[in-house]
Amino acid sequence: MVDKSLELFDCGHRACGGCGPAMLARLMLKGAGEDTIVVASTGCMEVFSTPYPETAWKVPWIHSLFENAAAVASGIEASLKHNNRTEKVICICGDGATFDIGMLCISGAFERGHDITYICYDNEAYMNTGIQRSGATPYDASTTTSPAGRLSTGNNRPKKDLPQILNAHGASYVATASVAYPMDVMKKVEKAVNTPGACYLQVHCPCSTGWGFDGSKTIEIGKQAIESGLWVNYEMENGELVRAKKVRRVPVDDYLKAQKRFRHLFKPQPNTEEIAKIQAIADANAEKYGIDIKLD
Amino acid sequence: MMQIMEGSHAIAEAARLCRPEVVSAYPITPQTHIVERLADFVADGDLNAEYICVESELSALSVCLGSSAAGSRVYSATSSQGLMLMAEVVFNVAGMRQPIVMSIANRALGAPLSIWNDQQDSISLRDAGWFQVYGEDVQEMTDLHFIAYRAAEQHNVLLPGFVCFDGFILSHTYEPVDIPSQEEIDAYLPPYVPYNKLDAKAPLSMGMYATPDYYHEFRYELDEAMTRSADVISAAGKEFAEMFGRDYSGHIENYRMDDADVAFIAMGSLCGTVKDAIDEMRADGIKAGLVKIRTYRPFPAKEIAQALAGVPKVAVLEKNISLGSAMKGAVGPEVKDAVTGTGIDVYSYVVGLGGRDIRKKDIRAIAALAEKGVGNTFYGLRTEVL
Amino acid sequence: MALRIGCAAAPGKARDNKTGSWRVFKPEVDMEKCILCGTCILACPETAVSEVDGTITFDLDYCKGCGVCAAECPREAIAMIQEEK
Repeated sequence: MVDKSLELFDCGHRACGGCGPAMLARLMLKGAGEDTIVVASTGCMEVFSTPYPETAWKVPWIHSLFENAAAVASGIEASLKHNNRTEKVICICGDGATFDIGMLCISGAFERGHDITYICYDNEAYMNTGIQRSGATPYDASTTTSPAGRLSTGNNRPKKDLPQILNAHGASYVATASVAYPMDVMKKVEKAVNTPGACYLQVHCPCSTGWGFDGSKTIEIGKQAIESGLWVNYEMENGELVRAKKVRRVPVDDYLKAQKRFRHLFKPQPNTEEIAKIQAIADANAEKYGIDIKLD
Repeated sequence: MMQIMEGSHAIAEAARLCRPEVVSAYPITPQTHIVERLADFVADGDLNAEYICVESELSALSVCLGSSAAGSRVYSATSSQGLMLMAEVVFNVAGMRQPIVMSIANRALGAPLSIWNDQQDSISLRDAGWFQVYGEDVQEMTDLHFIAYRAAEQHNVLLPGFVCFDGFILSHTYEPVDIPSQEEIDAYLPPYVPYNKLDAKAPLSMGMYATPDYYHEFRYELDEAMTRSADVISAAGKEFAEMFGRDYSGHIENYRMDDADVAFIAMGSLCGTVKDAIDEMRADGIKAGLVKIRTYRPFPAKEIAQALAGVPKVAVLEKNISLGSAMKGAVGPEVKDAVTGTGIDVYSYVVGLGGRDIRKKDIRAIAALAEKGVGNTFYGLRTEVL
Repeated sequence: MALRIGCAAAPGKARDNKTGSWRVFKPEVDMEKCILCGTCILACPETAVSEVDGTITFDLDYCKGCGVCAAECPREAIAMIQEEK
């Protein structure tokens, strides 16, 4: 059992007030412990935590490029294995680095089955460069490269199901979590780092700046995402779904209305057709993961 | 032990003898025989290393970076398209000051696709911060690997290095080669002691980002390390010469330069052909000589200036093209700069791109062109297809 | 101070950056309402909330005033007060 009272992510980092990924950085290190090596990709977390010489990381940490964290981690793991070292190797990368530019490296690392834990802080867009669309951007979200406009209702593709893709690679443990439930995050991180083989953890990290809500509401928005069914917290072990968080589901509208990135769906009138499509996504999630609490 | 061996296999032996803990390379013609032989070594227990079958060259060098940062000596090899695919990582490794040694089986760059030899690939990355050495024959290219590791890992250098050799011409040719024993290499090359290391016992953040207040100075320090590497590579070569009797301590090597009227500049296997051509020309009364460049980065400007002193015409044989540059080749301008103000005429000749054969008569023809003051041009175009 | 090659640094210097200067609103806790559940301590993105001798304490050198602690407190024991500057 790792000592969860340890604070391994220092004060003085430059994240926005209320930053979801900053919450995750702290929680992740609490779940993993001191005997950890962190591999970061270029992105919000890397930038707000390591402007030379001010590093907020109290564990060994390395950043190479945007796309290659999984490959760098593979190399670290190989060296540690060769030398019988005990440190755990964790990648911490945004959704941009994970879903898009890093697909090559993450696929290779998982196919080879390195003993690493890959944590994706999913704020659903390329936030560090100014809120551009990624493969993790949800349907109809407005970003700077998928903006809502006269001819557009925002991002016109569904969110890529990366957990399932990595599950198909034979990952021993694949789970989703949210900074809205910090104890769950720590528990899943601890489980992942102690599960041999390649493990993937996708953590929903609401971004006040990118999604358009007040920084104090990060956890509230995270809970709304889960209650709407648009985000599901679940665990898969060796290919099987073993647990999914059940909710008393509410319609997606309140979650969407609470964020500027979806507000175009309600102006000047509610775009019932598009909202229905998003509702359908939530309904499909509910069906697939069995999240609805059934009151007989 | 002296053996007749395929060039690739000799390199695999060299890599094995350097005791890398991690081997991470993506197969690409004409490097494949190196990585295949290394895989055999690992499978048979002749090399105790983690052999990572990466999914691309980008990952190959990234894996090396991770292993090196964690404290392991690593080995990789690539060529041409692979080197370009990993180009981002190449710059990154130098900036991260990881002393990775990588074999480059020099091969032309597409488009059009070509698997055959020229030196465009490694020369294209001359600005990246890796030192670059070029082997003329199988023995030299093999030995340069030991010297490369020895130099790279010095704490006053900590730069990665390319060991370059002409693809197919050297990689796939069988030549007699003396492979040192493990004991001998262990005596020459001590275990790797990292400077920065990922270690939970002494946490460090590596690869932070640098604002304009710092970036300029980080790059300056990289350049200083490159400058220091010249003497360190030489010293490593001298130590090698003392132990093994083969002297690679010179960044250049002169061949019949003493009273030369025309000097060739060349790198790699082409030097062999040039030396034969020079012998023929000398026999015919043409006073030709060769300045072979062994160390291309850092560029041995001082040594070249000394070698070319008093030589009226210099013909730089370029197995590369710097498209859009006035001299057409990449090496020529730096040679010209080395002799600036001396009145020596330096001409570049683009030869042998994409594996086009260069024969002794071509060398002689180029000498004649230089004599006439015709240069900075392609040599040997097949005009019938133009 | 001389550069560390490889753009590397040991832990500690982030603390030189006192992010408390970003603040517009400052958290204040009513310990009568507080049940010491620890939610605020765990939720803070700045590690600026701790329990000291049974009292919830805010590290005002680093607190950015984001208000997550106040928003998440199950007893509404934390209020965000606009600071006089």
